[in-house]
Amino acid sequence: MKLELMKVIVKSVSWGDRTEILKDGTLKVNKKELLEHVSDEENLKSIDAEIALPGESVRITPVKDAIQPRYKVEGGGQVFPGMVSDVESVGEGKTIVLEGAAVITCGRIVGFQEGIVDMSGKGAEYTPFSKTCNVVLVFEPKEGIEVYAYEKACRLAGLKAAMYLAKCVHEAGVTPDKTETFEIPPFARSMKEFPGLPKVAYLYMLQTQGLLHDTYVYGVDAKRILPTIIHPNETMDGAIVSGNCVSACDKNSTYVHQNNPVIRSLYERHGKDINFVGVIITNENVTLADKRRSSSFAVKIAKMFGVDGVVISEEGFGNPDADLIMNCRRAEKAGVKTVLITDEYAGRDGASQSLADAAQEADAVVTAGNANMIIDLSPMEKVIGFTEYVNVIAGGFDGSLKPDGSIEVELQAITGATCELGFNKLGAETW
Amino acid sequence: MTYRIVHYINQFFAGIGGEEKAGTGPESKDGAIGPGMAFKAAFGSEAEIVGTVICGDGYFAENMDGASEKILKMISDFSPDAVIAGPAFNAGRYGTACGAVSEAVSKKLGIPVVTGMYPENPGVDMYRKGIYIVETSDSARGIKDAVPAMAKLIMKLLRAEPVGSPADEGYIERGVRVNCFQDKIGAERAVDMLVKKLKGEEFRTEYPMPVFDRVAPAEPIKDMKNAVIALVTSGGIVPKGNPDHIEASSATKYGTYSIAGVQSADEVAYATAHGGYDPTYANTDPNRVLPIDVLREMEKNGEFKKLYDYFFTTVGNGTPVANAKKFGTEIGARLKKDGVDAVILTST
Repeated sequence: MKLELMKVIVKSVSWGDRTEILKDGTLKVNKKELLEHVSDEENLKSIDAEIALPGESVRITPVKDAIQPRYKVEGGGQVFPGMVSDVESVGEGKTIVLEGAAVITCGRIVGFQEGIVDMSGKGAEYTPFSKTCNVVLVFEPKEGIEVYAYEKACRLAGLKAAMYLAKCVHEAGVTPDKTETFEIPPFARSMKEFPGLPKVAYLYMLQTQGLLHDTYVYGVDAKRILPTIIHPNETMDGAIVSGNCVSACDKNSTYVHQNNPVIRSLYERHGKDINFVGVIITNENVTLADKRRSSSFAVKIAKMFGVDGVVISEEGFGNPDADLIMNCRRAEKAGVKTVLITDEYAGRDGASQSLADAAQEADAVVTAGNANMIIDLSPMEKVIGFTEYVNVIAGGFDGSLKPDGSIEVELQAITGATCELGFNKLGAETW
Repeated sequence: MTYRIVHYINQFFAGIGGEEKAGTGPESKDGAIGPGMAFKAAFGSEAEIVGTVICGDGYFAENMDGASEKILKMISDFSPDAVIAGPAFNAGRYGTACGAVSEAVSKKLGIPVVTGMYPENPGVDMYRKGIYIVETSDSARGIKDAVPAMAKLIMKLLRAEPVGSPADEGYIERGVRVNCFQDKIGAERAVDMLVKKLKGEEFRTEYPMPVFDRVAPAEPIKDMKNAVIALVTSGGIVPKGNPDHIEASSATKYGTYSIAGVQSADEVAYATAHGGYDPTYANTDPNRVLPIDVLREMEKNGEFKKLYDYFFTTVGNGTPVANAKKFGTEIGARLKKDGVDAVILTST
């Protein structure tokens, strides 16, 4: 399977009469058309759109998801299959990518539990979305609407907006700034390639604990899947989308699924140090039987591949630590070497143990940082969204929001700060 | 301004004598003595050793609590801004004394303190979590390196400058996890590590696995009809409004609330403060997490004697194990004191 990502570099965003990219890298967006495109009168009382650019004195909260604008121009299917497009398989052909741009969704979801994105200042160092030029959608729900319907409406509107932007840019005529090609041949061939190099797969754990802890694969709630094989290129076309934002630091936004850095890093070493043969997706359900079933099944697929090693990435913390450790232990027992990516909850003072489960076999762990670390966020000139929830979001506490608009929170509240796909440079050391 | 520093040393370094004088009790002298002269030189005009407190290693080992108290009093009489202890190199009793004095200074006087030891000194394992112990060589020959490192660190603490990593500052790891930006993103570090692991090359995990406590379950209740049962939950059910502001995640506290006379955890009076699960079902009927209704029924039917008058609640969501352990110990002690026979612990 071969996919070409045709990247159009976005350097700024502004409103205009037509949605297109200018020669200087400015993404012009017809706001009215965008809002009409994503409107959902049945569920949403209002949707507004704002722009937030890197370096601006802007705070966005509560953030639900971040999505990179993409649109398929060749090959089967369309981006975000099963969500806002048909269910046909993706991952082949050509896809337009608005690199440097993101759609951010923001609004009251269940009342609390969402993230913060600061476009400048200290908080900006920790979130990936301070570096992107953002079109922010702000939602107000219809009165009396069920929270589940509201959550879904917000999720779909974000995906629609991202697809709309890339589609318009494509239709307005654009020459990509660069093209990246990703290809892994069918198993019958790939298994014979690069003799002498170890075969490696990626065990990709998806958060599936329930409302605001969900992930969708081709529109299917990942709680209901058995672990399965997915081609790495499918993720680049939005086959996996986020349905979660609780403890925003370590939940994978759709953007990081589309740009999964583990997949990129494995591709980079492919043919040099390893033979990257595929991706196994698994879930993080809450019952012990589910955990055992999924873990056993996922490791069985790794054994069927006959891989020598796997990278295992976690999503979330606490309960999913049990899935992570179970996957590690079973894989190592099966003779498959593992490296785990997690983050830590070591307490505000860093003195507590960091995980809720542990195993001797887990001797190779990469950490994305201690999410309990306290961070002070200075006041911003402009707030997009609503700060009144800051005291009760995960990572906030009584008194987090100060009268002058500054915020003292755990890193936990910063969107994507300790992403366990290893998206950031943040780590932790023992001092 | 010149900072005032007190130096703690043993009888040997004070020039009183060796093992035969180890029973010497605490005493206090003005100015610097012995290794204090080297510190004096290192501090220059920025800080001054205003006094030296001395104690025999044997005396300290045999009278730890009493000696600590006396030494602390002598130290505080100098009104110091900071304290240095040792360095003790590989002397076990001296290291233990330096560690204990340093910890007491840090906790009770609340001023900066630095000591120095060889990593295998037994004092290291006992005290490194709470204090800065500069790594030294195993004998007094290492004084030339130890003094500048200790002096530099105590000055940083006095100036309230950020303290760097153990490698940069020369102190022994305290076991504290600190966030640091690395050169590469996490995913690249993971793939690098896997390649090394597969090649059989040396690699370094970024998080060595902790060893977990295992708690043996208590004996089952033999006489259920006469048992007092308590409800404890990490599911975050609190009186509506969350009066104690228990955090939605990373709880720093638990709540204790009376349920005397309460027949049901209804949705009018109770709700969850938990931020880690879908609160809809818990808020519709909080009995689902805190089953007061069912327990009252069983109590009425005489299936057990009494539902304890209070419930304890916290949020088990990203809550550090150290906090959870502290809550558990306190709650357990209170239940035991009040004669509770068994606990129903509900999670989510």
